[in-house]
Amino acid sequence: MKIEVQSLVKTYGTQRALDGLSLSLPAGTRCLALIGPSGGGKSTLLRHLGGLESPTSGHIEVNGKSLSADETVLRQYRRKNGFLFQGYNLFPHLTARQNIVLPLVEVHGKTPSEAGELAISHLARFGLASHAEKLPVQLSGGQQQRVALIRSLAASPELLFLDEPTAALDPEMTVEVLELVRELIHGGQEVILCTHEMGFARAVADVVAFVAAGKIIESAAPDRLFTSPENPDVGRFLSKVLEFR
Amino acid sequence: MKLRTILLGVLLLMVLGLASWQVLASLRYQWNWTGIWEQREILLRGWGLTILISIGALVGTLIFGLVLAIGQETKEPVCRAVCRGYVELIRGTPLLTQLLLGYYVIASAFHVDNKIVAGILLLTAFEAAYMAEILRGGVASIERSQWDAARALGLDRKQTWRFVILPQALRRVLPGMAGQCASLVKDSSLLSVLGIAEFAKQTDVAVSSTSSPLEGYLPMALGYLALTLPLSWLARRLEQKWNAA
Repeated sequence: MKIEVQSLVKTYGTQRALDGLSLSLPAGTRCLALIGPSGGGKSTLLRHLGGLESPTSGHIEVNGKSLSADETVLRQYRRKNGFLFQGYNLFPHLTARQNIVLPLVEVHGKTPSEAGELAISHLARFGLASHAEKLPVQLSGGQQQRVALIRSLAASPELLFLDEPTAALDPEMTVEVLELVRELIHGGQEVILCTHEMGFARAVADVVAFVAAGKIIESAAPDRLFTSPENPDVGRFLSKVLEFR
Repeated sequence: MKLRTILLGVLLLMVLGLASWQVLASLRYQWNWTGIWEQREILLRGWGLTILISIGALVGTLIFGLVLAIGQETKEPVCRAVCRGYVELIRGTPLLTQLLLGYYVIASAFHVDNKIVAGILLLTAFEAAYMAEILRGGVASIERSQWDAARALGLDRKQTWRFVILPQALRRVLPGMAGQCASLVKDSSLLSVLGIAEFAKQTDVAVSSTSSPLEGYLPMALGYLALTLPLSWLARRLEQKWNAA
């Protein structure tokens, strides 16, 4: 993927969530991890990159194309990408299988039987075959997040956006989901995620960007950023969050 | 435990029966069922018309109520204002006023000559405002994250309403909707002021021709109960069913 963000500003009322943020990713980056303190703007940045929000001002370019503010164009952009939320956001009135089938049929024009087969094969691959006909409330958090991951993946997205995919999960389930994500990245899936899992970010990302106060404070290859950050704020943050690791 | 419940029930019925008998006895009421029995055909026809009007207005109310509910949630400010204004206007004035004004002014102006059609339309116009509020409450209770998930998957606005928002909102408000349907059946009795020969009107006619009010109004109450009780039973069943899921 290739990403160019210039002077991105997003305000909600009087609050400035993104404050002139700029970021440049070289072509060939496969996984970008956004880290930083809560409320620093990493989720907001991710939602902009994923086409879920339009900036107040500034410019975003993904793989050489600038993101339009027009909802119809933006919808086309979202259709070819996948987005996974912290709170899973499965549709509670639909079973695991139906959650996966709905966008395949309604958005991607597959027949119900094609979509159903695809859903079942993905569920089986992720160890969820026996849960296909369960409603989200009948699944554990980890299972729900894996179903949501399949839903965002089923149409073979160009880019996969993960918004703190494990923040609502307990440690065991976190591992369940992270292993899957790592597998996907190794399989060639291009991913942009924001996460508090520093070990994971370090293991899978090509580039880690530290976002705070609505700006990119520093971005670099993970080994460089985690061992010798240039910015003292980044160093302080990392030594704090890694204290008990 | 079971026996105690039954005994308590029997005791309560006896006390109630005795009290009612005492009240009626104090009226020194002369029961005369033969007069009303001779009017049974016109009463039955009135009851049938009440059912017909209720079904007609019910269908209209569901459709128009949905339009008003969605109209208040659109981004178009004029559409929102018109729908909002309509709901407030209807809810702020008595049904009786609307029926009289509607019938003598609007129905005449638009040449709706059929009284029954006019009655169904006027009742629909009234009940839809309440139905819209119930539906709107249901829609408002759907979390932001569901809209987010639908957008992220690339569903357009119409698809989002159809596949994600309405199915969930309807489940939440079905009990309230069933209650509103029962109200509609009861409210249809006010159409008697327009001279429509529905159940209440026919009962009135029968009562004045036989001078036996209790023999007329008691069956009238039972006739409406026979229509509304199944609706509240349905509401409770649905509530239990959705709560279990």
